[in-house]
This record gives sequence, C-alpha cells and structure tokens, in this order.
Amino acid sequence: MMVKLVSKNFEIPNAHTLEVARNHGRYASLEKLFTMSPDAVTAEVEKSGLRGKGGGGAATGEKWRLIPKNSDKPVYLVINADEGEPGTFKDRQILEFDPHLLLEGIINSSYAIGAHHAYVYVRGEYVFWINRLQDAIDEAYAAGILGENILGHDYALHVTVHKGAGAYICGEKTALLESLEGKRGHPRLKPKGKEPEWFFGNPTVVNNVETIASVPYIINEGYEAYRAYGTAESPGTMLFGISGQVERPGVYELPYGTSMKEVIYTLCGGIKNGKKLKAIIPGGSSVQILRADEIEDITLDYESLKAHGSSLGTGGMIVMDEEVSIPEVMKNLFEFYHHESCGQCTPCREGTGWVDRILAKILAGKGTQEDFKIILDACDMLNGKTICVFAPSVAFIAQSYIQKFREEFEALIK
Amino acid sequence: MSTFLFNQDNEEKFSALLERYPDKSSLMLPSLWMVQYQEGWISLDAMQFVAKKLGCSAMDVYSVASFYSMFLLQPIGTHHIQLCKTLSCMLAGAKTLQEHLQNRLGIKAGETTKDGKFTLSLVECLGSCGTSPCMRLNDDYIENLTLEKLDALLEELSK
Ligand SMILES: Cc1cc2nc3c(=O)[nH]c(=O)nc-3n(C[C@H](O)[C@H](O)[C@H](O)COP(=O)(O)O)c2cc1C
Ligand code: SF4
Ligand code: FES
Repeated sequence: MMVKLVSKNFEIPNAHTLEVARNHGRYASLEKLFTMSPDAVTAEVEKSGLRGKGGGGAATGEKWRLIPKNSDKPVYLVINADEGEPGTFKDRQILEFDPHLLLEGIINSSYAIGAHHAYVYVRGEYVFWINRLQDAIDEAYAAGILGENILGHDYALHVTVHKGAGAYICGEKTALLESLEGKRGHPRLKPKGKEPEWFFGNPTVVNNVETIASVPYIINEGYEAYRAYGTAESPGTMLFGISGQVERPGVYELPYGTSMKEVIYTLCGGIKNGKKLKAIIPGGSSVQILRADEIEDITLDYESLKAHGSSLGTGGMIVMDEEVSIPEVMKNLFEFYHHESCGQCTPCREGTGWVDRILAKILAGKGTQEDFKIILDACDMLNGKTICVFAPSVAFIAQSYIQKFREEFEALIK
Repeated sequence: MSTFLFNQDNEEKFSALLERYPDKSSLMLPSLWMVQYQEGWISLDAMQFVAKKLGCSAMDVYSVASFYSMFLLQPIGTHHIQLCKTLSCMLAGAKTLQEHLQNRLGIKAGETTKDGKFTLSLVECLGSCGTSPCMRLNDDYIENLTLEKLDALLEELSK
C-alpha cells in the first residue's frame, strides 16, 4: 500500500548525515538540474501536478509562475515548517530523517524561481529538528552544495533557518512572512488578483516542507513517473499522519486515492483495544469531522474528501473510538482556536471564545436548547468578513460537530 | 538606558545574522531568543536593548514579545514542563497526566513550585500526535508518556 518517494530514506540509519545521504541518492538531481533552464524546471513541476502539502493543496508549478521573470528585485523562497495544525506531525519526519532531501528540494525550487536565498521558518518548539536541519546545512555549505557556485556551477544559494516562537497562526503564509519580518504574526489582507507573496516587498514563494521535498523525485525521474501514482486530480503521494485511537499510529506515505478504511484497518491495525470506530477528523483539526458510517467509500485524495463534505487538509487523521465524547472533543478544539486566534478580527477573536464558553456550559450540564442557536449564530459571524480563513474553517467544523453528533449534545442538555 | 547587554557570543551571532536578511527588522525574533537563552526570560530592560539594536521603539519589541507564547516575560522554574493538552494528547490521556503532575508538584497549571524548581504549563499541539501523550521539558521532547515515565522523570529531576 505504501509508496516511498519522499520517505525512502527514513529508515536508513544516519541518513541525516551528508555522507550517508549522498550514498543513498541525495543531491543526484543537481547534475540534471543545472542542464535545465529554470523555466524547464518549473514546467516539469507544473506537469507533475504537484499540489501543496501544507493544507491548501494549491498547484505548486502555477504558484511559481507568479514570480515575475527577470525581476529587478531579489526573489525569495520561504519554507513553511511551522507544523502546528493539531493532528499533523509529518514535516518533522523529513527534518529528522532526511534533511538533505529538503535541502535538495530547496536548491531545485530556488533555481526554478530565481531565488538566491531561502528561509526555513520552523516552529520554535522544534529545537531538536532545527539543530538537525542546521547541521545538514552546515555540512552542505562545507561540501560546496550551498553557497556561491554550487558544485562548481554558476548559481549561488544561501539557506537560513528562522525559529518561530509559539503561534499557530504563523503557519498561515502571510502571517509567517510578517513574523519573518520581525512583527506579530498577523495575516495580511488578500489581494484581489493572483500575485506572489511578498517578503519586504520582494516577490516570494511560500511552500510547505513536504511539497519542496517532493520536487527532487520529479526532477530526477520526470513528471510522468510522479503522475504514475495517485489520481488525475491528485497526482503523486502524501505523508499521512494517523493519530488517536488506532493500534499503530504513525506517518505513512501513500499514493493519493488509497482507501481510508484500508489505511485505518490494515496499515494502522484497526481501532485500539478492539473497540469500534466513532469518528475521524481526516486532515488536521481544521477540517470537518466524519462519522464512522460516512467513511465507507472515501479515498484519500482532494476529490473524494470534498465530495464527502470534508477536506484532505494536511493529511493528519485523528481517529476516535466509540467511547469518545464528541462535545468534549469540540470543547478541546475550541480552546485551541480561541487561544490561537491572532485577534485582528473581532468575529474571530470573540466568536471562538464565545463558543468555547457555551460548550463549557453544556458540558457542565447547564445547557439549554437556546445554546444550539447561539453556537450556529456565532458560526454565521465567524464565516463573515475576516482577514484569513482561520475563522471560516472554525465555523465549518463547528457546524459539522453539531449537525453530525447533535444527539450527544442533546443528551447533555436533557 | 538599558543595562542589559548581549554576551560576546550573542553579539557575534547578531552580526552574522545581519548579513542574512534583507532588512534588520527580521532580527526581532532571533534577538528575543538570544535574550531568553542568555537570561532565562525577557525583561523590559532587555527589550529596550533590543529596540536600540533594531532601531525601533521598546513598545514595538514589547508588542512582538507578548504575541508569541514561547517568549517568557517573567522568570520561571528551572524545569519547565510543557504538557500538550490538544486533541490527540487528550485522547491519549493527557488530562490524567495533568492531574498527576498537579498533585505531585502541588501546583496548578501555569504555576511554579515554591522552591523555584518546576513550572507547569499546558501547551497546544506540539506536533507529536502520533507519539502522544507528550510534553516538552525545557527544550526536549518526551513522547509516549505514561504515569510511570513521569514519576521516574520527576524523581530524577528532584534529586
Ligand atoms: C491557520 C492556518 C495555519 C496554517 N498552518 C500551516 C502550517 O503549519 N504549515 C504549512 O505548511 N502550511 C500551513 N498553512 C497553509 C499556508 O498558508 C500555505 O498555504 C502553505 O504553506 C503553502 O504551501 P504549499 O502550497 O506547499 O502547501 C496554514 C494555513 C492557515 C490558514
Ligand atoms: S480570521 Fe482570526 S486568525 Fe485570521 S486574521 Fe482574523 S483574527 Fe486573525
Ligand atoms: S495533540 Fe499533542 S502533540 Fe498534537
């Protein structure tokens, strides 16, 4: 069931060191890369259909095309390693077991967009993984793989690790850039049309760690090899992280289109302690919850999850058994969202806290029928005009909990 | 005027980092981290120093420092236990671990023991959901936590 394009070296001892990494194919794409034009590299990635792995699933090649050609301003690549979405723990596997794969992808991608400096923004808690990555960068510089004239070619690239400081919202790409500029992590207003991101007013691409780590395979093997996996709309593979009540939680690389049921019952060994499945959050906590009876035909790709009223998100699946209290789950997540709202938009700042308080009241046995209406009204407010998609996502998930598990809330209200 | 100064090491790091960004305002978070590792926390005095370094106001520095949950604006205990409370950890029994820690240490979440040895914080998803429940002890991750593991750890740290 598993296909290892990105996770190929994860189990090789010491693959995080340059020597072992090189013995196992790392940096092999560079010889080919420098025979290609930057445009040809972008075209290859475009044709591969590579989609962003940070949660949104945006087409990567298309995004790179937004960078103006022959810009008189410097171009930057920023790697999103903020990994804060509850249920998501995949990027750290790349940083831990194969940091040179990420660096190889950074070289490929920076060359394509014409960047000479890349920043990797890593969440502040990941001290061990920041050190791993920095060691790999130091080794790469010493071997002439980073710096001026990479491996003797006429191309220079520098990579700098930037440490976050504990703010979920900094995973949102414009908040991340604000943070990288030394400010509070406040998402920026979206422009009307399509344009690149901006770092100090310079055209910039922001991509997730796993997205960039998927590029070397595409350059090495060609776009058709990548498209041999997955579905037409979701080509390739993704690292799926499964947590919660399964026998074998962990990160598994799977082609898109794999059956969700098979993953849970075969790969992950089924529900823990022989219990029954109640619900699954399929793509990190910010996507709609699914009831056990809804997952029958679901395959792990953008199309299928959308058709089933949820999203693939980050591929972080949280599995819950029959004994879990859904109102408690919802309360737990609203504490999270209330704490992590950046506070710029009143509906988001206040709405998350409001729902949190109502849920506390319901869980304390003091709820009334009126509370359903209050929660759903708060959702309308959250789904209104806010600067980023944090608030609308929270509204959608709240609605899904109430609609799909109303009887559990009713039972607490009596 | 601030009395805080970077130590030699941090001065050198700061100068090296200046070369790596298009604008020195990017050095805000790195500077606050250097202060925190040097002092254990970030005082108003140190914020004035950072402001001078970056050419902004102390209020700007405060506004950033107070936004990020990992920046400590007051001193804490030697051993900082940061227990994850988010969903996957909750499903794996984080609440029981929290109660156990509170009982053993005699403090509530957010407090520091009288001897200044332990601070207990509840934090949001640490990115270890597959090896939950988990916590950070200062900068180190401890995963697949059990009550036994916690007890052994507290025993060791109390020596
Ligand atoms: C609230 C919020 C949090 C996010 N957190 C992350 C994150 O931790 N890591 C990430 O790569 N993308 C995150 N994203 C998505 C980014 O905004 C962005 O789309 C992504 O980094 C782009 O890279 P990709 O196209 O390679 O996925 C988040 C988005 C939102 C709205
Ligand atoms: S929606 Fe929420 S998180 Fe997003 S900018 Fe507004 S307040 Fe901040
Ligand atoms: S929920 Fe605790 S590490 Fe993710």
